[in-house]
Amino acid sequence: MPKTLYQKIWDAHIVESNGDTALLYIDRHLVHEVTSPQAFEGLRDAGRTVRRPDLTLAVPDHNLPTTARMDPSGTIIPIADPQSAAQLAALEKNTAEFGVPYIGATDRNQGIVHVIGPEQGFTLPGTTIVCGDSHTAAHGALGALAFGIGTSEVEHVMATQTLLLSQSKSMEVRVDGALNAGVSPKDLILHIIGVIGTAGGTGHVIEYRGKVFEEMSIEGRLTVSNMSIEGGARAGLIAPDDKTFAYLKDRPMAPKGEQWDAAVQYWKTLRTDAGAKFDKSVIINAADVAPSVTWGTSPEDVVPITGRVPDPMSFADPSKQAAAQKSLDYMGLSAGTKLQDVEIENIFIGSCTNSRIEDLRAAASILKGRKKADGVKWAIVVPGSGLVKEQAEAEGLDTIFTQAGFEWREPGCSACLGMNPDKVPAGERCASTSNRNFVGRQGPGSRTHLVSPAMAAAAAVTGKLTDIRDYK
Amino acid sequence: MEAISSVSGRAYPFGRKNIDTDIIIPAKWLKTISRSGLGEGAFETIRAEEGNIFDDPEYAGSPILIAGDNFGCGSSREHAAWAMADMGIKAVIAPSFSDIFSSNAFKNALLTIALPQEAIDRLIEVAQSDPIHINLENQIVTTDFQDRFPFEIDPFRKNCLLNGLDEIGLTMQRDDAITDHEASLQQQHPWLVPAQ
Repeated sequence: MPKTLYQKIWDAHIVESNGDTALLYIDRHLVHEVTSPQAFEGLRDAGRTVRRPDLTLAVPDHNLPTTARMDPSGTIIPIADPQSAAQLAALEKNTAEFGVPYIGATDRNQGIVHVIGPEQGFTLPGTTIVCGDSHTAAHGALGALAFGIGTSEVEHVMATQTLLLSQSKSMEVRVDGALNAGVSPKDLILHIIGVIGTAGGTGHVIEYRGKVFEEMSIEGRLTVSNMSIEGGARAGLIAPDDKTFAYLKDRPMAPKGEQWDAAVQYWKTLRTDAGAKFDKSVIINAADVAPSVTWGTSPEDVVPITGRVPDPMSFADPSKQAAAQKSLDYMGLSAGTKLQDVEIENIFIGSCTNSRIEDLRAAASILKGRKKADGVKWAIVVPGSGLVKEQAEAEGLDTIFTQAGFEWREPGCSACLGMNPDKVPAGERCASTSNRNFVGRQGPGSRTHLVSPAMAAAAAVTGKLTDIRDYK
Repeated sequence: MEAISSVSGRAYPFGRKNIDTDIIIPAKWLKTISRSGLGEGAFETIRAEEGNIFDDPEYAGSPILIAGDNFGCGSSREHAAWAMADMGIKAVIAPSFSDIFSSNAFKNALLTIALPQEAIDRLIEVAQSDPIHINLENQIVTTDFQDRFPFEIDPFRKNCLLNGLDEIGLTMQRDDAITDHEASLQQQHPWLVPAQ
């Protein structure tokens, strides 16, 4: 019987199954400071150990300030917020106690957990990968079954290297044709979420299929798969191909020599078989996708940049009408306003969605020789990892950003989630390359417009949401 | 995990759709290294609204929350389940839940019960003045009137909840099977799971 890629990876990881629930083996576990302290405490209280520290990798990212971490003499600068400092110290102490590999805050390899996984070759095709973070879906870009888990499950994986799960349904999102000029992977995934809604993928694993994804870079695929959770799907998948193999070859934790060759042979079998059935199928024409922007407080509140803020009464569902009105009140917008007339005070380029080298290149290409508008009070670029930062600096991108009036920061989650000092002030707008425009997400009262890196850069220059195609 | 077989009492007639876990517990509360005390931050932005149901004395201490579609979407933070448990909520009834939230809730013996929108509408009406009863053993939600709404639950989860089973302890009893699986992986794909 023909199988989907999801079914193949699922079947290969079943330790035991009773029909409804399977005990699934977990090949890789990423750990960060926010969702792990209670899990380590649980192990300690029960006298348990981490079963496979060698398959586990920890890194701080959520809480960590993105300002300088060492003074010029090389002394580590203490973290001002005592709660953040305590949580970060707990990760360092817990990983040492349980023997878990740990990339510290001042290590050049440090970065956002979903950036460093692929970058280090920890993320591999056909593996099961979990992390106490919903954007673990990102790793599916390399053909791994990767999903976010809660802290109790973090503890379960630490103790047993398995999870008790019931299988999800399969969903195909097929995008045929080619994306138009000025349309990025971020625009595409925002468009997809706008089409399927934030619950469209609930209970499903999405496989992204079609020519657009085949031609997309690994960085672009990571952006798309990352936001699967915003469409309700716990995981996204893209079949591994030559681009995937080229991306992974010689990464520090990827297999080497004969083992590499054997791995690639296996990875080549990881494709959905012809004739395999999906439980749900969504087909999108790439030509219909425009540069996209969100207007509301849910990632499904998406319109093309040429569009207008919708009238809440235009929605058929009465509860959506009420929700849209609440969103507009929160966002300080009125129905009918052209998105391109919306003024922006803050720009954030970063997050596990859009902080990789290609993202920074796309933003820098817009900013080269330009300056941010006077109305833009705060503009920051936060590379996804120390290695991305080094690469960008080698290409001179940091100079382009700082000359344009941006701050060039240290790697971390930054202004994506309002857990560290990088926050958007209440009542102000931010054109943000992150993944969630929820109420208060970038700080209490913050107003987020989700956009691509190039669109964020263009908004910085004009001080308004801007159609990137006008910059050609 | 604490065993749970029924929940009975007043319910918050909340009803809103797409409640994300940033709403249930904002990020600034996630800096804790403990599971307790998060009730104080639960639904903080909603509590800032004039006349919100969470601060209405009529519903104070209700063990049930009735919500709209896609409850618990967004971030995987288990702090959302911990915060709700800390404020005394033992069950959420909604048309649908995010996958990660319902899993997190289950690990904390917080019931997530999916019922059709018509049932939700009726329960919100009842909740204005009367209690709601959830019987896990019989998989049914009832009221003091004639209402009877059966619900589905995964049999494994039901068994764990009724008996308060420790899932990690259960899985550790399967250690031989896990070790066998690892050994076969080491043979097939030595690059994937190295020998220890």
